[in-house]
Amino acid sequence: MTLPARAAQPNSENLRFFEGAEQGCLVLPRCNDCDFVIWFPREICPECGSQDVDWFEASGKGSVYSFTVTRRIPGSWGKATPFVLAYVELEEGPRVMTNIVDCDPEQVTIGDSVEAVFEDATNRDGDSGPPLLRFRPVGG
Amino acid sequence: MSIKGKAFIAGVYEHPERHLPDRTLPQIHADVALAALSDAGLSTSDVDAYYSAGDAPGFGVVSMVDYLGLDCHYINDTETGGSSYLVHAQHAATAIAAGHIDVALITLAGKPRTGGAGPGGSGRVSGAPEAPFESQWGMSVPGGYALAAQRHMYEFGTSSEQLAEIKVAASTHAQHNPHAFLQEVVTVEEVLESPMISDPLRRLDCCVITDGGGAMVIVSEAVASQLARHCIPILGTGSYVKSSQSGRIDLTHTAAVRSGPLAFNEAGVTPGDIDYVSIYDSFTITVLITLEDLGFCERGAGGRFVAGGALQAPHGELPFNTDGGGLCNNHPANRGGMTKVIEAVRQLRHEANVEVQVPDCELALAHGTGGSLATRSASSTMILGRAL
Repeated sequence: MTLPARAAQPNSENLRFFEGAEQGCLVLPRCNDCDFVIWFPREICPECGSQDVDWFEASGKGSVYSFTVTRRIPGSWGKATPFVLAYVELEEGPRVMTNIVDCDPEQVTIGDSVEAVFEDATNRDGDSGPPLLRFRPVGG
Repeated sequence: MSIKGKAFIAGVYEHPERHLPDRTLPQIHADVALAALSDAGLSTSDVDAYYSAGDAPGFGVVSMVDYLGLDCHYINDTETGGSSYLVHAQHAATAIAAGHIDVALITLAGKPRTGGAGPGGSGRVSGAPEAPFESQWGMSVPGGYALAAQRHMYEFGTSSEQLAEIKVAASTHAQHNPHAFLQEVVTVEEVLESPMISDPLRRLDCCVITDGGGAMVIVSEAVASQLARHCIPILGTGSYVKSSQSGRIDLTHTAAVRSGPLAFNEAGVTPGDIDYVSIYDSFTITVLITLEDLGFCERGAGGRFVAGGALQAPHGELPFNTDGGGLCNNHPANRGGMTKVIEAVRQLRHEANVEVQVPDCELALAHGTGGSLATRSASSTMILGRAL
């Protein structure tokens, strides 16, 4: 089941993240002053207040921190139920809101190892945006 | 400077209707404003401060001051979602303590049952810096709270049966409220049999969707002393924003971990002193985590605490939401903070529905939560007394 695509609107502050997504790479901001890996992508460090931020390619690997199988929801998502909304904790630290795809929703559990997959964001109305950062299970 | 005992809730009003298709939003604001002022024994000409949040139409406080015919030199439209009205009360009490104002009016109104745009304005949401990273995943409101519930279950062994106990207590209270949207008592089994919305939250774990509104009037001691109505002193307040924690969000606590201690410290009381609590109940999980955060039980012990009828009035260990709360009675404008304060005032005036009136209720706590437990939220806690 393909999930609905809602195009993100990149701006000058988060463009590097979305340029990475176009290349199939998870690119994250990191503070040059305190080395903190920043989420959500922005050019200010929420830990130390520095605006000296650089970008690096992350591993794309992580584990499920929490999830829910959504079974009832209005609108276009209603046609995609059941689907998995989740927080994935990246190896680099951030907990990222996302979907778990390429899986049996009834089998997802907290702690599952997952990897990034960038999905096409073109929707039925022809709107398109940068690829969407979702995750799929790895291993058994 | 402490606000303790400097400001008093002199009037409150909860709109009795739950579906208002033929009443405009400004009319509902006016209905509740006039009724709350009447409850206090005051009129619009006495008001010198007005507060409203994102549910106020048009240009917010400016439109509403104009529409209501107020004459205000102090205005505030702090928007923190469902907790806004407790934050307003805190700000009003602070302004009263500083001597700036004497009579503050706070209003809430909305028509989500009738339909139409929600409060706050979609422009605020779509322009948010986090929007490109959170709006793409199909997070419904229940879905977000389900993320918190799932993690709480994982870390602490909290069960669906324990969450259901919260709904059962609310419904047991709501049967005595002739205005409650849902007046039928439900069992744990009935909650567990209701349709799954977003695991582990079922339909009966969710609050109601109702039209309506509410208002409160907060006054200085000088004004309170002139009124015939029983005025309720504000003893302590606290508000706090829980961020997404620099992207390391912990879903098992809320901003109440800070708003609660601030309020308790100002009031000079502890959780064990509280006779009645109004706890924000957008979902059952909201109540359970908030009880832990406020110190009514240990962290992770909320499930065991609510099992066995602890929340049931009048004789449970900690009677809560005796109007039926958002889970059964009313959640006007999808915002429950106002009605939380109103029911606490009813309890302290000993004017709650007789079957659920807590005997000798002297000290109450009202708590609001706004935003989403899944991302970022703002809590506000207020401690009220029957007397100073």
